Amino acid sequence: MTCIMSLGDAVAELIADGNAVAFEGFTHLIPMAAAHETIRQGRRDLTLIRMTPDIIYDQMIGMGMARKLVFSFAGNPGVGLLRRLRDTVENGWPNRPEIEEHSHAAMANAYEAGAAGLPCAIFRGYLGSDLRKVNPSIRTVTCPFTGEILAAVPAIRPDVAVIHAQKASRRGDVLVEGIVGVQKEAVLAAKRVLVTVEEVVDDFDDLHPNLCVLPHWTISAVCPVPGGAHPSYAHGHYRRDNAAYLEWDKVSADRDSFLGWMKANVLDVGPEAFAERVRPLRTKG
Amino acid sequence: MDFTPDEMMTIAAARALSNDDVCFVGIGAPSAACNVARLTHAPGITLIYESGTLGTAPEVLPLSIGDGELCETALTTVSVPEMFRYWLQGGRISVGFLGAAQLDRFGNINTTVIGPYTHPKVRLPGGGGAPEIASSCGEIFITMRQSVRGMVETIDFVTSFGHGTGGEARRKLGLTTKGPTLLVTDLAVWRPDPDSKEFTVRSLHPGVSRAMVQDSCGWRVRFAGDLEETPPPSHLELQTLRDLYARTKAAHRAQGAA
Repeated sequence: MTCIMSLGDAVAELIADGNAVAFEGFTHLIPMAAAHETIRQGRRDLTLIRMTPDIIYDQMIGMGMARKLVFSFAGNPGVGLLRRLRDTVENGWPNRPEIEEHSHAAMANAYEAGAAGLPCAIFRGYLGSDLRKVNPSIRTVTCPFTGEILAAVPAIRPDVAVIHAQKASRRGDVLVEGIVGVQKEAVLAAKRVLVTVEEVVDDFDDLHPNLCVLPHWTISAVCPVPGGAHPSYAHGHYRRDNAAYLEWDKVSADRDSFLGWMKANVLDVGPEAFAERVRPLRTKG
Repeated sequence: MDFTPDEMMTIAAARALSNDDVCFVGIGAPSAACNVARLTHAPGITLIYESGTLGTAPEVLPLSIGDGELCETALTTVSVPEMFRYWLQGGRISVGFLGAAQLDRFGNINTTVIGPYTHPKVRLPGGGGAPEIASSCGEIFITMRQSVRGMVETIDFVTSFGHGTGGEARRKLGLTTKGPTLLVTDLAVWRPDPDSKEFTVRSLHPGVSRAMVQDSCGWRVRFAGDLEETPPPSHLELQTLRDLYARTKAAHRAQGAA
């Protein structure tokens, strides 16, 4: 049963040290506020699962929270490489997390298998790619009907899925609009689900019948955090903060400037800071 | 009109796309080429980005594969699992358009690491959608600037399979798609040899010599016997590309990107 609660309480209740956590959102609706709260609460030894680690995991990696990384594309979108992730892989700073690397097709299929309650995902993939040499989770199965050899990867079943969405109803149903990414699958694959939202409305009676809505009984906690996807965007609410992605390339280039930025912008502030960050980017409200 | 090597590269790549193509678009140079094609000779082309946006027609070039502009101008937007399962794996995409950090003569692409995988000199972003784009699209176009660091004898990691070691390598792996059929660089247009599958220079861009192509390529370059000159950009092609870049710059500046 969904509870509408504060972000601090939700993270304290749902995310524990050592958990496998998927913060999802494909370029759009990235749950940054929830990640910052998790950083403030000092979670450790996390398995961080995410198709596109992006700035959100660059920050968590740099803060030494990751025991293992599961991903398929680790870049700063539109800018270049992720410098904290590079530092951890190339130099072991601040630690050296285990890496499980996939392709997008594999991870999308693996989330879907998790949502469908299957042990593994089967798809046509990785043909000729060296990824199968460096990732022992990439196996093959033979189709019992045609004999075709297909790729198989384990289903993703996170302890916790964390997403950001446009709105929730008072009952806790959640609406995701625009680029919906892999959030529905991540939510349904996870044991516990934390959703931050731009707004809470009375009900969803006026919505189009085919929209992506996650029923309240699939969600553990809903936390209103306006602006909570910054510097990514929330379709219909505010634009992507492209300048912040460019700035991150400079901030993250150096360990001291990274730690200074994290103290000033994450450790010493709360979730309410996000509303102010998106004010100049708002397209509505 | 005068033009730069980058402009020639983008326009030569755009020309390879047709009105009937359904094209899976990589970010960066491929995205510019695909949209120039859409805005000139191929208005009916279907552009697909891996964020799930089908039939998108952006006014300005996106900075990432998931910009709001793509969703707002798309015919429809599907989930990422649906994108990779029904549309890509389902065989509904005629052309995949990719860039490369490191490329070999057989069109194998590395976007994972420079150096050994476990202790890389440079950790690159990784495969993303590319490994399955490379195997599931009808054919693959590649575009990149030439350099001896980028076009190498042996790539450090095969992220996305091209023609392997050449010849029948794709068929032996069970692949039924064509793989890389075109490479457009800032200096030349390359096509694979029909038998060996090694990329061979088919036309040099205006003002480019054979020596310039060889000097900026890490393998020994083969040139076609009937080597041609790439037709220079037309006024319309160049103006379309420049307008697109100008609109993109203005829009991203207005949105706060420096």
